[in-house]
Amino acid sequence: MLVIRRDLVDAMVAHARRDHPDEACGVIAGPFGSDRPERFIEMENAERSPTFYRFDAAEQLKVWREMDANDEVPVVIYHSHTATEAYPSRTDISFAGEPEAHYVLVSTRDPIEHELRSYRIVDGVVTEEPVKIVES
Amino acid sequence: MAVTVSIPTILRTHTGGEKSVSAAGTTLAEVIDDLENNHGGLKARLVKEGTLHRFVNVYVNDEDVRFSGGLAAEVKDGDNVTILPAVAGG
Repeated sequence: MLVIRRDLVDAMVAHARRDHPDEACGVIAGPFGSDRPERFIEMENAERSPTFYRFDAAEQLKVWREMDANDEVPVVIYHSHTATEAYPSRTDISFAGEPEAHYVLVSTRDPIEHELRSYRIVDGVVTEEPVKIVES
Repeated sequence: MAVTVSIPTILRTHTGGEKSVSAAGTTLAEVIDDLENNHGGLKARLVKEGTLHRFVNVYVNDEDVRFSGGLAAEVKDGDNVTILPAVAGG
């Protein structure tokens, strides 16, 4: 289960809405071993595409270094789907490289109601998990 | 010529859980061959048909090797090589 503060959920949705129709992506870092997302980091989608995303390589190194220095890990890795449901695509599954992260998908295909779901993706196997939103 | 190589979580099964290992070589290709000798299976995760996998980022002292020759990128004694799986999808 992903337990996450409401302000962090709101921040992901706002980012996804702002970049629509391109996919938005980012990380929420948290203390190592805590499984608690805390520090919200919007990332550049180097692909600037409505069907694909990729973290900018230089920005990713900088952010990963910061997390290392702070003893943090990427607790949540999020991105948006702008025309399809909030379910990992085949490419999402094949590129998932962080077995300990919660992969959060936000769908902005409906202009009013967003859809937000969370998954573990380990060795090509997708497992959906409940999302518990706690008040900040 | 020894360099330090940072290994991402997903590849640590090849290094017995080690976060960083040392390797020898004067180019990134040689470093990867040396890694393969000591940590079998790593090379296939990094290199495909003679070039770096498109979705693996490799940095030498924080510089993305994509802009410094890829596998031919030179490394010097004491350099830090960082491997990070690209975060990408559709």
